[in-house]
Amino acid sequence: MSSATEHATTDVAHGHDEHAHDDHHHAIPTGIKRWLFTTNHKDIGTLYLWFAFIMFLVGGAMAMVIRAELFQPGLQIVDPNFFNQMTTVHGLIMVFGAVMPAFTGLANWLVPMMIGAPDMALPRMNNWSFWILPFAFAILLASLFVEGGGPAFGWTFYAPLSTTYSSDSTALFVFSVHIMGISSIMGAINVIVTIFNMRAPGMTWMKMPLFVWTWLITAFLLIAVMPVLAGVVTMVLTDKYFGTSFFDAAGGGDPVLFQHIFWFFGHPEVYIMILPAFGIISQIIPTFARKKLFGYASMVYATASIALLSFIVWAHHMFTTGMPLAAEMFFMFATMLISVPTGVKVFNWVATMWRGSMTFEVPMLFALAFIVLFTIGGLSGLMLAITPVDFQYHDTYFVVAHFHYVLVTGAVFSIMAAVYYWLPKWTGKMFDITLAKWHFWCSLISVNVLFFPMHFVGLAGMPRRIPDYALQFADFNKWISIGGFAFGLSQLIFLALLIKACRKQGEPVSDQVWEGAEGLEWEIPSPAPYHTFDTPPVVK
Amino acid sequence: MASHDPQNANGRLVLKLIGITLGMFGFGFALVPLYEVFCDITGINGKTEDEAAVYTAVEVDTSRWVTVEFLTRTNSGMPWEFEARTKRIKVNPGELHTVEFYVRNPARRDIVAQAIPSVSPGTAALYVNKTECFCFNHQPLGAGEEALMPMQFYVDPQLPEEIEVFTLQYTLYDVTEEAKEASETAALPTLDAVAVGS
Repeated sequence: MSSATEHATTDVAHGHDEHAHDDHHHAIPTGIKRWLFTTNHKDIGTLYLWFAFIMFLVGGAMAMVIRAELFQPGLQIVDPNFFNQMTTVHGLIMVFGAVMPAFTGLANWLVPMMIGAPDMALPRMNNWSFWILPFAFAILLASLFVEGGGPAFGWTFYAPLSTTYSSDSTALFVFSVHIMGISSIMGAINVIVTIFNMRAPGMTWMKMPLFVWTWLITAFLLIAVMPVLAGVVTMVLTDKYFGTSFFDAAGGGDPVLFQHIFWFFGHPEVYIMILPAFGIISQIIPTFARKKLFGYASMVYATASIALLSFIVWAHHMFTTGMPLAAEMFFMFATMLISVPTGVKVFNWVATMWRGSMTFEVPMLFALAFIVLFTIGGLSGLMLAITPVDFQYHDTYFVVAHFHYVLVTGAVFSIMAAVYYWLPKWTGKMFDITLAKWHFWCSLISVNVLFFPMHFVGLAGMPRRIPDYALQFADFNKWISIGGFAFGLSQLIFLALLIKACRKQGEPVSDQVWEGAEGLEWEIPSPAPYHTFDTPPVVK
Repeated sequence: MASHDPQNANGRLVLKLIGITLGMFGFGFALVPLYEVFCDITGINGKTEDEAAVYTAVEVDTSRWVTVEFLTRTNSGMPWEFEARTKRIKVNPGELHTVEFYVRNPARRDIVAQAIPSVSPGTAALYVNKTECFCFNHQPLGAGEEALMPMQFYVDPQLPEEIEVFTLQYTLYDVTEEAKEASETAALPTLDAVAVGS
């Protein structure tokens, strides 16, 4: 990142200014009111991050139910309908409740600090966009307890599973998705307006940190596709309750149409969950390699290319629906094309490390694990993109392995890397490094025991979303479950570490925190004061 | 960047972004007719025309034989017996043929059915021209009644060379409820199957 600062003296003066300012004008409300009524980007960022982490544990608990049932063949712990509710709600919570709010929380904390803005552009809307989220997930979780059970049709809610064959609680599912969508759209609008209008003087487009760039592009993806999701759940709602036939062949509709609309949202959605991760890794690698990011401009263009390509590849989720050959070829090659900009990114990260003075602090460990394991997920994605072989892989555990590699060891690992990287800036204290290393190594080993064998059972033909399976998959599934339990327990180490960090235990850190860290957020005091950049910094 | 009037600038940008959001919400719904038009033109989802074609003197290609197979199924919860009297037929493209489908309603209630055609491979759908089909209308049958439903079609000689066999499948759906609702608000649906049944 182009280093970008006033000299140290102004900084110090600036810091003092901040405190004086606080004392004079803003009495911060205490207790629950502080959090309910806050319009401060740092408070809201913290709320988002804790909410995401709680949802991560809730969704994780559901994954534990799934793995306990699959520990051995046969039905032993839960009945199949409940198993299906677990896979469905696990997916929904992890996508909309854990990964997306975590990225929004990071954006709230970091985007204003990185571009030298005092806050987000629309602070009151920011408060709203967070506080409607708990209601969305309360509705979704409550639907599990109504008669007939919650959604059991998979997070992709294909019609007619979600229309003709779904339980009566489907309306609750639909409304909770509506609220999640509104929340994400408001968050995205806020990010875009902040980045467009509130950059410090001199912070030109091509000087913006990559995390800001990737989030800007992500925000545009969000406002482009979340409304389409809102549309498709509305169609499911009216098909189920109001007699329309969007997806009902008997009434002139077409169930395949559902898949087209859903995946028109769904494919950009997966990039919504990975582009901010690319941004995070692009911040962390240069710090601990003590070199400038290799190919900054190409990173920006690669991110934009991935975002644009994401709109023309959706039907690669639908190769087995009986598309004509020409369409299959088109979607196959368009999908493979995405590996070019993604390859540029991986190349740039590796080139950044090349001959750098590397050290392996905890954020760097997670970032390195991200690069290796995300690439494995990317390669299995490339395999799935090959139409003829997809007919074998489709709806098997190979797909499950693929998207967990890109989402868990990709998106989730990047979020953990980000938390470890910026946590000392947020709290002013270094986190417990011993616990953090335990968390890293336990997670790294268990996550691979958990997800790697899924490739094998998938290639051998084990279908996804089933509570029982053929005997020959028993050994692998036992290992997968053991890995799953270990990965779940490893996250409790993270919880302990975060509680310690929030109690402000640990060694005080310097303003820069990490030796090689560059950027505006490392020039303000640690912990970051409640209000930063009331007077904009000058970026050279 | 925040120029002269930041509040105003924010407001304008927010309005634009909300505009995009609403536009994309509309686009989600616009995908429905777009999909139908697209499939209609390309025939890729295997749906045949839902209106009768007019048979104009088409040149019959006697040098070429195409096998047409007929499959029938009923949707879940639909009690009718439904079978094609002709399972497969060899035709010359351009030649007009009539095949019959047998239906019986074994239930103790009157049922209105709707048949939905599907052609596989989907690309053949564009070249199946039906001059008469029971699938164009709702088909009511009283409890215990049976009927023969005709379907008259010809294969367009433009059918791509590589297609030597294609399958035409009909699925019967129980649309009694929908038909009742429709007849309450509008005129009765056309009842032509029973009359035709011999």
